[in-house]
Amino acid sequence: MATRQTQFLARALLTPAVGLLFIWMIVPLALTLYFSTLHYSLLDPGSEAFVGLENFRYFLTDPAFLASLQNTLVLVGSVLALTILLGIPLALLMDQPVIGRNIVRLMVIAPFFVMPTVSALVWKNLLMHPVSGLFAWLAKLVGLTPIDWFTDAPLLAVILIVAWQWLPFATLILLTALQSLDEEQKEAAEMDGASALSSFIYITLPHMARPITVVILIETIFLLTVFAEIFVTTGGGPGLQTTNIAFLIYSQALIQFDVGSASAGGLVAVVIANIVAFFLVRIVGRNLEA
Amino acid sequence: MGQITLQDVQKSFGPVHIIKGADLDIADGSFVVFVGPSGCGKTTLLRLIAGLEDVSGGKILIDGKNVVDTPPAKRGLSMVFQSYALYPHMSVRGNIGFGLKMAGLSKDETNRKVEAAAATLNLTPYLDRKPRELSGGQRQRVAIGRAIVREPKAFLFDEPLSNLDAALRVQMRIEVTRLQKQLGTTAIYVTHDQVEAMTMADKIVVLNGGKIEQYGSPLQLYEKPANLFVAGFIGSPKMNFVTGELARQQGAATIGVRPEHLKIERDGTGGWQGTIAVAEHLGSDTFLYVDAGPLGMLTARYIGELSLHAGDHVSLVPEPARIHRFDESGNALRG
Repeated sequence: MATRQTQFLARALLTPAVGLLFIWMIVPLALTLYFSTLHYSLLDPGSEAFVGLENFRYFLTDPAFLASLQNTLVLVGSVLALTILLGIPLALLMDQPVIGRNIVRLMVIAPFFVMPTVSALVWKNLLMHPVSGLFAWLAKLVGLTPIDWFTDAPLLAVILIVAWQWLPFATLILLTALQSLDEEQKEAAEMDGASALSSFIYITLPHMARPITVVILIETIFLLTVFAEIFVTTGGGPGLQTTNIAFLIYSQALIQFDVGSASAGGLVAVVIANIVAFFLVRIVGRNLEA
Repeated sequence: MGQITLQDVQKSFGPVHIIKGADLDIADGSFVVFVGPSGCGKTTLLRLIAGLEDVSGGKILIDGKNVVDTPPAKRGLSMVFQSYALYPHMSVRGNIGFGLKMAGLSKDETNRKVEAAAATLNLTPYLDRKPRELSGGQRQRVAIGRAIVREPKAFLFDEPLSNLDAALRVQMRIEVTRLQKQLGTTAIYVTHDQVEAMTMADKIVVLNGGKIEQYGSPLQLYEKPANLFVAGFIGSPKMNFVTGELARQQGAATIGVRPEHLKIERDGTGGWQGTIAVAEHLGSDTFLYVDAGPLGMLTARYIGELSLHAGDHVSLVPEPARIHRFDESGNALRG
């Protein structure tokens, strides 16, 4: 009897929170679904009409869609590769006993705490600016022509900014993994005659398989929706060169004021995220099984 | 061949002197146990021999060659760790064969040797399992397999049985001893358990506070302990120590008698009088903890059953030939 009462009480007390969360999620989703079936343009108010799947056809056949899908995948893939390939050696370095290790760690983590808009502004105006940027100054110092990053290599520039932001996250997760590696295992490998490199390949790397998987999964979720960095630096351009799916949806809704098409795009993005997640879990999720 | 000699080996971590000059001669094929209380430096000494720590001074000779500057893998030793340190993502086969693979042996030869080692240790059915799918005893055997497959000059064991339950520990103790005799390879074994030391060793090194207190066969240590520390450490239950007037009559600062060398008399008037505080009846043995007034608590052991109980009055008569005498600084007096 007591258990039943407790259970009832627990449910009753949980209901407001769960209900609020449910409404919070379901209302926008339902509205998005509803809008995606309407002809709904802010430039043409009062003309809302049911158009079926027309918005989806429009969004998916838009040449900008394929371009932005490609940009999204290139952005996600490159940032993942950069953060993991640089994160592993960084984590290995930070695992070494050096003087001021705690300060070094704090500095390495710092970029993660900088707002995306701020870091994008810093990169745009202080580092990558073709006239007054640090990189331009460095290039001139050695007699090279400065690169106009956001004109000549806009996607690469965005990738570098986003990778810089996510590198601390990857490094931190990999560092904690390294610290949990049993010291005796390394010593056993040493007794077994493994060189530092073999020890890394056969002992350390397999040990890090699981944290690497975690980094890939978590980063992918956030990288599919990169927006602020693009908005602040390139505004999706030049042309469509840095437009990803998130930015395309934004431009549909708030540049072209086509709410119906933007809603359809939002749902397409949900589907794409699920497809990516499906493949990711199949490819790397095996590592998560104990 | 696996003859290991230590000459004035020292180790300090910063200002802390862990090993204060160890000299030791370990004959080829012998089973030597390092024993001592925790923090006495026994594991450090083993790691120095293995090469996992660098010595601060002195020489380590393996077959006459100083190996102080030789990396661990080149010393020709193999080690069994306390945590086993198996590679979790490799199968048993991979674990045992890892050292051979690193040494650049061909796949066929590696497989042949791994299978031979597995057969010796009854691990053949488990070769393709991962360590997490094995029981504690099996993991232990894999760790030993990893050590024997490389045919080392000597095995180093770092408290390898401390993670096993009591029954398995006794069984593995016998297995390890038998395997070592069968292979004829020198073995150095670290433990804090003096029963393990007494049962397994050809020779025991008793360490205390970074110093070697005594080096000898188990019975030498039992019968002729060099000092108070060894006398108290070897033997279970502990030796009884008596100081004061009784000791002075024997010309010593302290005298010691093992519990099994005290004759128990019910209504005796000679010897040391006392009242039983606790009596433990094991069937095979009877342990009496006797409150002997000014002499303190004394322990007596009787082989077999003795129907005495708490509160009974007894007198304990030490066997004269079995009394150990020690001087003020704790060293044994002989003759």
